[in-house]
Amino acid sequence: MIFPFPGKPKEVKFILGNEACVEAAIAAGCRFFAGYPITPSTEIAEGMAKALPRIGGTFIQMEDEIASLGAVIGASICGLKALTATSGPGFSLKQEHIGYAALTEIPCVIVNVMRGGPSTGLPTLPAQGDVMQARWGTHGDHPAIVLSPSSVKEYYELTIKAFNLSEKFRTPVILLPDEVIAHTREKLEIPENIKIVDRKKPPANVDKKNYRPYAVSRDDEVPVIPNFGEGFRFNITGLIHDDSGFPSNAPEITQSTLMRLHKKIAAGYGEIKGIEVDLPRGAEVAVLSYGASFRSAAQAAKDAQVGLVKLTTLFPFPDKEVKELAQKVKTIIVVEMNLGQLIGEVERAAGGLAKIAGVNIANGLLITPDVIREKIRACQKKT
Amino acid sequence: MPEEDISKYLRLDKLPHIWCPGCGNGIVLHAVLRAIGKLQLDQDKVAVVSGIGCSSRSAGYVDFNTLHTTHGRAIAFATGIKLARPDMTVIVLTGDGDCAAIGGNHLIHAARRNIDLTVVVFNNSIYGMTGGQSSPTTQPDDIAATAPYGNLENAFDLCELARASGASYAARSTTFHATQLPLLVEKGIQNKGFSFLDVITACPVYFGRMNKMPEAVDMLKYQRDNARNIKQWSTMTDEEKGGKFVIGELHNKPAPEYTDLYAALRARLKENK
Repeated sequence: MIFPFPGKPKEVKFILGNEACVEAAIAAGCRFFAGYPITPSTEIAEGMAKALPRIGGTFIQMEDEIASLGAVIGASICGLKALTATSGPGFSLKQEHIGYAALTEIPCVIVNVMRGGPSTGLPTLPAQGDVMQARWGTHGDHPAIVLSPSSVKEYYELTIKAFNLSEKFRTPVILLPDEVIAHTREKLEIPENIKIVDRKKPPANVDKKNYRPYAVSRDDEVPVIPNFGEGFRFNITGLIHDDSGFPSNAPEITQSTLMRLHKKIAAGYGEIKGIEVDLPRGAEVAVLSYGASFRSAAQAAKDAQVGLVKLTTLFPFPDKEVKELAQKVKTIIVVEMNLGQLIGEVERAAGGLAKIAGVNIANGLLITPDVIREKIRACQKKT
Repeated sequence: MPEEDISKYLRLDKLPHIWCPGCGNGIVLHAVLRAIGKLQLDQDKVAVVSGIGCSSRSAGYVDFNTLHTTHGRAIAFATGIKLARPDMTVIVLTGDGDCAAIGGNHLIHAARRNIDLTVVVFNNSIYGMTGGQSSPTTQPDDIAATAPYGNLENAFDLCELARASGASYAARSTTFHATQLPLLVEKGIQNKGFSFLDVITACPVYFGRMNKMPEAVDMLKYQRDNARNIKQWSTMTDEEKGGKFVIGELHNKPAPEYTDLYAALRARLKENK
């Protein structure tokens, strides 16, 4: 998967982040949306309501966030690429069905536009407080793919990447823009050549009656699960199941199923990862960030002789890359609009090889470059 | 004796089922399969969606496209399936706790949309799988594991709830009325719109034992003695209705169906391009 897309742009637009998400979802082949209105994600639902019936797709406003993801999974089981979008409290309600999609291996994309929390919090103001919820929000040992854009352009690209990854790895993918990116209007060059991935289907001549939908030949493989209504008549359950799709609580099946869900993501890491490291020679301090905070970090890093690291894939976390960074610099500064979430992952990956410092502000305002500059200066003095 | 051989609709290798001796769930499932057999539905084009609970285990035993979902949310998943594949027959098998407590919101909104789903509630007035706690259809004063001194709450009349919410078809029967039940399910499946079937069934192990009906036969007798058909019901006084319940086709009023309306919207937008 190549980002940014090569070639000349097809069209240039001046567009809102959430509108870019709608454009990208449709370009990626999304034909089903179920959602519930919530600020600051609602433009996505509104855009899909307008666009989908015109292209043979379906939009439905459901009665709540739980039902929305339920309907999305139902549509995906029938073969449609499906999306839901929400924010804050709505994301909390999505959690049960994120786990369901992870265990049953049904592709779907969930956008959570991060606003201030906890609870109703700050409905119209940005935060990055849902990072660990995106990783660990649903119960049980589940895998997670979490992407976070720092510009409208990236929001477009990562929406397409989210659909591609969810189809390929048959797993829910969470897209985590913050309110700033969702409501920023920027220039977007819509690429001409977009690489689209569609889920694999069983071969045409396969024995449908004895088909085992969750059968794999390797322990890190993605199963080829048929769509409903295509003659396979199989079973899907949120209970731990064997490769036939029927419930099992055999210890060896339980363990191997959970392990495979993680291994299939680990095996695809090369495609899933999203990290850009810009480390000038001699830099002893690096600033690591994501989302809107990265924009301030980039501004602060200008002329400061520091490294700059941007994450667009938050999970699976780039353990190896961060460890390599920690070997090269003395301090890594992590900038995020929360009281310290991804910084814990950075500390874990760095394994004591570098000092880790945080710029953690959760006051509903975008972190300014000045605050980050001050931190950079303080860290440079110490090193 | 059943008219049709329904064994072709069963995944015989998944039996025996998990239900207790005396449970009525088998009778309800049998009625659903008889209705499907009568209508000669293409098994490949039937989706059976269930939630969580004893009755929701039904999905695993029947040979269709089967989806065992999360607690209370079967109707939401079924809505997604029906919207993606309007040509498929989508049947939801659920229990009173699953459908009317945790899933109550989905029930009323699917009914309001009049989307073409057939929802069959295995209504035993109790949470069986978790050991006999009170449900939204447990009657006042009935005993349950979480109502050890008698239930203080009122019970839902589920057919009234579905009708008031916009369902175009609502019917009630019991596992005692095993001849009537498949006919009502059949009509429900045939109705193009939201069809709701409230099936009074027996949980002798939990409900019965706590409420002086410890044997399956006691519970069937209760159904026989307290059900009144709709014709008779309409002539009864409020006093006579006390402790009794009405069975039969309670509501049948065809109305525009949601996936039809959506298809018409798509066509309209295409014309006015």
